[in-house]
Formats: sequence, structure tokens, C-alpha cells
Amino acid sequence: MLAVDITHRSGDFRLSASFAAGPGVTAVFGPSGAGKTTLLSLIAGALRPDAGRIVLGDEVWSDTASAAYLPMESRGVGWVFQDARLFPHMSIRDNLQYGARRSLGRKRVAELDDVVSVLALSGLLGRRPSGLSGGERQRVALGRALLTQPRLLLMDEPLAALDHARRLEAMPYLARLTEAFSIPTLYVTHSLSEVVRLADRIVVLDAGAVAAAGPVWEVAQSCPLINRRSDAAVRLDGVLAGVSQGYSLVRTAAGDLITAPMEAALGSSVRLVVLARDVMLATGERPANLSARNVLPAHITAMTGLGDGVVSVRLVLGRGAVLLSNVTQDAVQALSLDVGKAVYAVIKSAAVEGARPEGLMDLMDD
Amino acid sequence: MLGLTPQDWTAVLVSLVVACRAVAVALPLAVGVAWLLARGRFPGRGLLDALVHAPMVLPPVVVGFGLLLLFGVQGPVGGWLAHLGVRLVFTSAGASLAAGVMAFPLMVRTVRLSLDAADPRLEVAARSLGARPLDRFFSITLPLAAPGVLAAAVTGLAACMGEFGAVITFAADAPGETETLPLAIYAALQTPGGEATATRLAFLSFAVAAAALLVADRLARRVRLWSQT
Repeated sequence: MLAVDITHRSGDFRLSASFAAGPGVTAVFGPSGAGKTTLLSLIAGALRPDAGRIVLGDEVWSDTASAAYLPMESRGVGWVFQDARLFPHMSIRDNLQYGARRSLGRKRVAELDDVVSVLALSGLLGRRPSGLSGGERQRVALGRALLTQPRLLLMDEPLAALDHARRLEAMPYLARLTEAFSIPTLYVTHSLSEVVRLADRIVVLDAGAVAAAGPVWEVAQSCPLINRRSDAAVRLDGVLAGVSQGYSLVRTAAGDLITAPMEAALGSSVRLVVLARDVMLATGERPANLSARNVLPAHITAMTGLGDGVVSVRLVLGRGAVLLSNVTQDAVQALSLDVGKAVYAVIKSAAVEGARPEGLMDLMDD
Repeated sequence: MLGLTPQDWTAVLVSLVVACRAVAVALPLAVGVAWLLARGRFPGRGLLDALVHAPMVLPPVVVGFGLLLLFGVQGPVGGWLAHLGVRLVFTSAGASLAAGVMAFPLMVRTVRLSLDAADPRLEVAARSLGARPLDRFFSITLPLAAPGVLAAAVTGLAACMGEFGAVITFAADAPGETETLPLAIYAALQTPGGEATATRLAFLSFAVAAAALLVADRLARRVRLWSQT
């Protein structure tokens, strides 16, 4: 458990942040200039906070009250920079082992062979960074950070150097990585789609202050910086349970979802993303004769007005899965929607975004 | 060989010994000072910068004279060294001292250029990967600056071999001891009919300097290659 409660001033900019991050991926989200990278530098130990505490587990990293400060090199953070920052005078193998050689005594979380195979680095080991593409360098940087046996992984927009298409393809791969090595991760980004696909929890930074923090599905509804966006969404993790000519069937905690065909093996885990604007609501009898193939029973657990006559409705389905649905005020009145009411969530199969876990290594190769 | 006399070879040998000894001592110091100037933030940094560069702007005779005052047998440092039985004035070691002081700013500048080209963000990355300060310096900073350090050694060597004013003032002209190539050329020119000797030695100097510059250029190219990341 990482606990942060700090204030820091540099020039005119003032960062004041207080939050906790547990296991899994915690997104640090916010617009450019919100203080995301400054926050990461403070946690890594590259900067000393003006006031406050940073604690990982029972180890105090920084505490201005007791003047405690653990230098960066002793913190055991795996820091993945936006620019890969590989050492140009070393081979890829030596780059990968640089942190590993200096991590003796820490609990081992990643072995060279595993990292090389998961990141598909075996063909690069003997080469120098100067001959690598942007995607390849970023993969090496990820591997190097993992092999430092980190107690905390800090990723500073690791996909920012890739173009949009590659980024989309790379995300499920990153998701697999964070799951495979299960290291608490702070993931800095200003892309909401990355947040939804990768993170379990989110800390929203705005102008140097924490605007919201909590589970992604909760903040996606409650935080005005996110819920008004057209790409506000939630993630459903599931298993590919059936593949047919025209569709795929994914078993999730929300129930079985029919999606557009996916190129994944039966039984493989998939992450689905459902945008709030793509979820319709129906009351009364279960609607039939719809082109939208997914009709799932649900309960309304919260409603938030977003302004401009739009209401964000939070639904709980099946085994506790959460979906968000944006509907108009007019619809709320016509259907007498209210907290506690039983409804049907209607989702078009074509609107469910499926993230394929395979096939992205080629794309990260540029 | 090449019509060179034993005296010519002695001058070359003395030059090499004087220059190699000077560079061997001055190079680690130059790396340290260059690192302080490139990365350090401390009071008196400007003063250190000016002090290091002084030999570049002072007449070499003044530097040699200053060394005489400091390291002469009566001088503050020289007197102390004399107690230990070490005498620098008018010795080969003294010639190295004079040549080394003159070449020092050149070496510092060359090392510093390559330190400036070495991306400090890589040192931050090394830190995050667990490298302590000395470890970082030897595993990241120095290897990145290595071509510049080698280039500094080569140009320093050439500058030491060519130094005249400071060496003759501090170490005088003793054949076989302190008479380097430029001193030998000067001595030959003072001798009636010595032009042929002077010409031979001048060509020798030119060959040595050209070789040094070629090597330095090759090494500088590697610095540029490495900094393109």
C-alpha cells in the first residue's frame, strides 16, 4: 500500500496531493500540466516534497516532519519513462540487467527469461539501443524496470511515444504485463481510454490538486472531469466463451455479452469496454425484437445529473458488475427512473469494444 | 632511420616521457574538475572555472614564472617538497608539471564537452535502477564521456609535447632531461648551421601532432554517435 500526502511548490506551480494506492493498477489521470509527472518524480525520489509523507507499506520514503528521506536508488521503484532512456553504450542485455544486478536482497518478482519471453525481446538482446524502433525501446524499458524487482512500478505515459493505432493495440499487452507480474503500479496518462482499459483505480489530478480518487467505475460517474466526456466508460473483464461466424460470446460478471467477432482463443481472458453513451435502458417487460443483442437485467444504484439535461445512471448487474448509462432527463421522467428500480440494460453488440490480448507485439515493433 | 640522429631521438623520447607523465597525472584531475564544472552546483564554481582556464589566457612564460615562485626550492610548495627530498625545478618531472598545467584547460574543456553531451536523464534512470553516485559515475557518466576523455588524453599529449614557454622557464633546457622537441628546435636555431636539425625536428613535431589530431577526431566522432539516442 502506497500512501501519499504531500505538498510541493516549483515556481508558480503548487502540487498538493493526498491519496492511497493498493495492489493493481492505479491510474494518475489529468490534463497536461496537472502535475502528474511532478507527482511521479516525488514518489520516485527524484524530488523532495516541501511538506508531507510518502510511505510504502511500513517503509517511510519521505517525511518532512521527521526529516526522513530514502534516496531514489534505495526505493526499489521501476520507473518507465516517456522517453525510454536506454543506456546507449550498453547492449540490450546489459540494459535489462542493469537494475537486476543492483536489486540484490529484494523479493524477486521477475526473472530475465520470463521478461524476455513476455516482451518478445530475445531477438534484441545482442543489439544496441540506437538500432531499435520506438516501440522496441519502450519494451526494453519496461523489461528493465521489471527486472529491477520493483516494489512499485511507475509508468509515465509509456505509450505516449506511439501513434494512436499502435497505442490501442499495445494496451491489452500492458494489461497482461501488469497482471502477469502483479506489482502495484501507478500509471500516468491523460488518455481516458487507457485508464478504462488498464486501471482498477484512478486518481484524478487537476491544476495540482486531487479532484477525485477511487475505483474507476465510481470516479467515471462522479468526477465532472470524466463523466461529461463522450468517452466515459467502464471495463468488464471476462472470458471468451464462444465464437461463431457472426459474433463472440464473452462471459463476464455482468452476464454473457454478445460482441462483434474477436480473434482470440476460446477460454482466453478479454477486457471489454462499454461506453456510457452506448448503454440504453428499458423498463417493464424484457424488450424483444431488438437489433441490440445484449439485454441484461440490472438495478439502478446511483444517478448523477451532468447538466445539459443528461443524467449518468449507475447500474449493478449479475454478479456485482457495474455499468454506466447516460440518458436524458426526459427519459428519466418518462420511465420513472430512480435509485433501486429494476431495469434492463441494452447494449449493441457492435458497440462493445473488445481488446485482443494477442497480435500486438508486431504493432509495437513499428 | 629517416636521417634522424641519436640526439633527435632523445628529444622525441624526452618529449614522450614528459608528456605521458603529465597526462597520466592531469587526466584524472581534468575529469574530476570537468565533472564539477558540468554537474556541480557549489559556491566558488565560477572561480574554479576561471582558475582552471587561466593558463589558456596567460603568457606561458608567466605560468612558468608562477610555477617557479610556487614550486621553487624557496617557494611555499617547493620548500615543503624539498623537505620530502623532491625537487621539481630544472627536472624532467618539473617539465611535466609545467606542460601539464598548460594543457590542463584544454583537457578540462574536451572532457566537459562530452559530459555536457551525456544526457543527465540517463543518470536519473540509473538512479531509479538502484545505482549509487560512484556507481552511476563509473557505469553511466564516464563510459558516455569516455570518447571525450580519450580525446582529451590525445590532445593533452600533443599540447604537452608542444609546450615551450612554461617548460623552458620552469624546467630550463637540459638535453636528455627536459629538452623536449620544441626546446630542441629552439636550441638548434640558436646554433650556427643548426637549420637542418631544426627542420628535421619540426617535421617530427608535425608528424606527432597530426597523428594525435587524427586519433582525437576519430574519438570525437564516436562521442557524437553515442549521444544520438
